[in-house]
Amino acid sequence: MAKKSLEPFLWTLFSAGGVLAALLIPIHLFLFGLAVPLGWAHPSYEHLLSLLRHPATQGYFFVLCTLALFHSAHRFRYTLYDGLQIKHLNEVINVLCYGGAIVGSVWTVYLLWRIP
Amino acid sequence: MSDTIILHVARYRPEIETEPTFQEYQTPCRKDWVVLDALNYIKDKVDGTLSYRWSCRMGICGSCGMTVNGEPKLTCAAFLTDYAPGPVRVEPLRNFPIVRDLVIEMSDFMRKLVQVKPWLIRAEEKPLSEGEYLQTPEELDEYKQFSMCINCMLCYAACPVYGLEPHFIGPAALALAQRYNLDSRDQGGRERMELLSDHTGIWGCTFVGECTKACPKSVDPAAAIQRYKLKAALEWFKSFLMPRGTS
Repeated sequence: MAKKSLEPFLWTLFSAGGVLAALLIPIHLFLFGLAVPLGWAHPSYEHLLSLLRHPATQGYFFVLCTLALFHSAHRFRYTLYDGLQIKHLNEVINVLCYGGAIVGSVWTVYLLWRIP
Repeated sequence: MSDTIILHVARYRPEIETEPTFQEYQTPCRKDWVVLDALNYIKDKVDGTLSYRWSCRMGICGSCGMTVNGEPKLTCAAFLTDYAPGPVRVEPLRNFPIVRDLVIEMSDFMRKLVQVKPWLIRAEEKPLSEGEYLQTPEELDEYKQFSMCINCMLCYAACPVYGLEPHFIGPAALALAQRYNLDSRDQGGRERMELLSDHTGIWGCTFVGECTKACPKSVDPAAAIQRYKLKAALEWFKSFLMPRGTS
């Protein structure tokens, strides 16, 4: 029987976030960092706005941002543990890292909700 | 190319020094010589007091692991010509206490190896008269890669987590546990899970991946651990959905 620590849950968020971020964020970077600025694609503002208003798009961005935030929180937590060797501050580190991810997720919901 | 090469060999003689020091030796640098050949040359012809472990000279026994120019290597597979013109720095494996010169203390690893129960566990053994437990080639392929480990401990020397957390079970033992978990003849997965899914087990691994890079037998312990993490995470979710157990 697996122990009832939160580690498996946090690792699942980390793992899912890593996979999604690695697969999807390069596509966003390509589209909005290269294709649109270089004039390879010409989406209108109204078109993008209506796309962003769709609940499926909003759900997609919520999942992508939230999981990516939890991925970075988990990675950053271990970077602080092992990289700076300050594991004795684990309670503070956990609150800062995962708390930051929760705040970021709430912020994501707020931004998506604010879309006119 | 020069026909000799300089070796800087770590020496630690606890009866005369408190810290390891380096000693310089010059040895022939033949095309077919590995670092272990140079050490044997030193031991036989130059300095009989040098201590190190070795046995098979062919990457099977896993005894001759050392740190060569900063990297964990089997010295029987590290060709001198790859380090020419030298010098070559030879040190004991990192992350282990040093007994003498290049010999490390490995009892922590041996203890952990046994802890993960690396043998076939059956709920009930069938009598010999019923014959062997058969396995298809596909079932063999499931775990074969993880069974190639020769316990050379290079992955422990490479693992920064083991260096920081001596309680971490470590790459080779975890990969070996997974070798038996994936074996169709084994029924000990649940027995191993409590130890493996502890914070000193798979959750101690932060997926640095140096173990896989260091492994001379392409075992890929990092993959074994990540696969087991997925299984343990699924079990964790299942334990909430079915708190009374899943048979």
